[in-house]
Amino acid sequence: MKVTVKLFATFRDGRQKILEMDLPDKATTQNVIDALGIANSEVAILLINGRDGTLDRPLIENDTVSLFPPVGGG
Amino acid sequence: MSSYMGKILRINLKQKSFQVENLDLEKAKKFIGGRGLGTKLFMDEVDPKVDALSPENKLFIVTGPLTGTSVPTGGRYMVVTKSPLSGTIASSNSGGHWGAELKAAGYDVIIIEDKADMPVYITIEDGKVEIKDASNLWGKRVTEATDIIKAEMPDKSRILTIGPAGEQLSKMAAIMNDYDRAAGRSGVGAVMGSKNLKAIAVKGSSKTAVFSEEKLKEANSVCMKKIREHGVTGAGLPTYGTAVLVNIINENGVFPTNNFQTAHFEAADSISGETMTNEYLLRKNPCYRCPIACGRWVKIEDMGLEVGGPEYETLWAFGSDCGVSDIVSIFKANYWCNEYGLDTISVGATIAAAMELYQRGHIKAEELGGTPLEFGSNEAIIEWTQKIGKAEGLGAKMAEGSYRLCEMYGVPELSMSVKKLELPAYDPRGIQGHGLQYATSNRGGCHVRGYMISPEILGVPEKLDRFTLEGKAQWVKIFQDLTAVIDSLGLCLFTSFAMGAEDYVQVYNAACGTEHTVESLLEAGERIYALERMFNLQAGIDPAQDTLPRRLLEDPIPEGPSKGSVHRLSELLPEYYTLRGWGANGIPEQDRLSKLGL
Repeated sequence: MKVTVKLFATFRDGRQKILEMDLPDKATTQNVIDALGIANSEVAILLINGRDGTLDRPLIENDTVSLFPPVGGG
Repeated sequence: MSSYMGKILRINLKQKSFQVENLDLEKAKKFIGGRGLGTKLFMDEVDPKVDALSPENKLFIVTGPLTGTSVPTGGRYMVVTKSPLSGTIASSNSGGHWGAELKAAGYDVIIIEDKADMPVYITIEDGKVEIKDASNLWGKRVTEATDIIKAEMPDKSRILTIGPAGEQLSKMAAIMNDYDRAAGRSGVGAVMGSKNLKAIAVKGSSKTAVFSEEKLKEANSVCMKKIREHGVTGAGLPTYGTAVLVNIINENGVFPTNNFQTAHFEAADSISGETMTNEYLLRKNPCYRCPIACGRWVKIEDMGLEVGGPEYETLWAFGSDCGVSDIVSIFKANYWCNEYGLDTISVGATIAAAMELYQRGHIKAEELGGTPLEFGSNEAIIEWTQKIGKAEGLGAKMAEGSYRLCEMYGVPELSMSVKKLELPAYDPRGIQGHGLQYATSNRGGCHVRGYMISPEILGVPEKLDRFTLEGKAQWVKIFQDLTAVIDSLGLCLFTSFAMGAEDYVQVYNAACGTEHTVESLLEAGERIYALERMFNLQAGIDPAQDTLPRRLLEDPIPEGPSKGSVHRLSELLPEYYTLRGWGANGIPEQDRLSKLGL
């Protein structure tokens, strides 16, 4: 299935901003970050289609996963 | 021995005289300093019903006990006065270096009274205070005025000034210091302008004493470690500045676009922190003793400028709120705000409101003086900011702020503001706790005084679901109380990403010999919050104004990840009032006030 992955801040270093990933059915967000070489502890904000997501959530066709390291502002 | 200097510098501009008074330390400790002490001093000396732009209003410029000490980020000061924009209390915070220099000169507080007959500026070199003729400065923009005064002061003096916007009494005028730092919100620059006061220059030679050098060193070390190790303060903010929020807020679908008509902006990445850092950043620009260094210094190539770069709020206000996707145009709008001395949030949001007024046919083409006013126009944000700064043409009406502008055209509901202070860069329809903060902040539509974005979006200190209501009223109260403490201590709010209430207790006790616990310090924060509320009630601010624009209560976000939500304020407000010990009518009840010592 096709899943869009959007990377932000330092996750972009050495990677593209937006990736189309072809994943097996029932792949989870954990599979996505493993494939990208991102450690669980590095992920501070994880959104699936703009809503709070979890690493164990199985993805479906055309989901968009957005990943941020710890960042903040005001 | 404590890090309070124990001195107030009181200046009467009409008499061109000054006196140095002792600061009542018991009073200072009860209200901590900065925002709390400024509010208390105002309430002691001025009737909150005062006309904000009259000579009877006073300006209280108040440092915190930790300003000018070795505590990380200890450089902040507060401007407390009555706001000409909102009619509420104004307590406008600024960083940079000026506040620390005021402490070094030997003062905790400056009180500015009355109005000078002709424009003046003040110079302070320790005990030497002079009130000088500003006729060669009046009308000059911030950089030029700062440079002129600097040249006549000793090396390393710090300059606070208003720009032409403050002189023209724009209700969005800021007080600027150190070139590009701003006490931005609530129109405090207009109060200074109404007093014919252009600038205050400071040079000091004292070191701030502390109660226990040893305990403070230890407490500072704990704080520094936390700041360095936390992802937000140790990596995110230093690398990207607050601009890092652009993509985060947009990905959540709560990035207000086209005056809050929607909340998702396709072109967000082109105005993001990532874009600014990768393509335009020259260097970081830290404030006094700050290891976070979120400030940005950027290049505007075609103007040959190297200047302060925009914060997240500014990228939003001139960016998605106006439909603009060109980051360099936003750099320019930001530059003009700094030059004229204007609040970037209110100015961008007011231009956005004007764009909607034009879109809907309320403002006509003939009124524009040839300057475009469509959503998405780069020229609009650059030119209208200057016209507002000069009070030129329609810009003079805009300078009154979005509420009064929309009211002039019979549609005040198009102003995205609370208590007439323009809402900042987060759509509350998709962030329930944050919307409650907007509705209940004592200065009006403010995000920073109860920054619920932290738990609801960033997951700091823990992740809350931004759509739910449970527990939100309690969170908002705690954030508001803790923020009042930090604003009163003289530290930067960004320390609170990494530091907890216990850390503030440690540094305050070590610096001042106070014996606070977390409980007593948060109670002081609650006391300050309640006092501000009393100010507003006495000023005539009806609790019915604890609300949000109708659009945000009734019109669901039309698209994007937060499509379909509205803000459910009526389900949150009663619990919030109860937690604060306020009646159902929003008025603090006597037993809570007595418990707080008010």
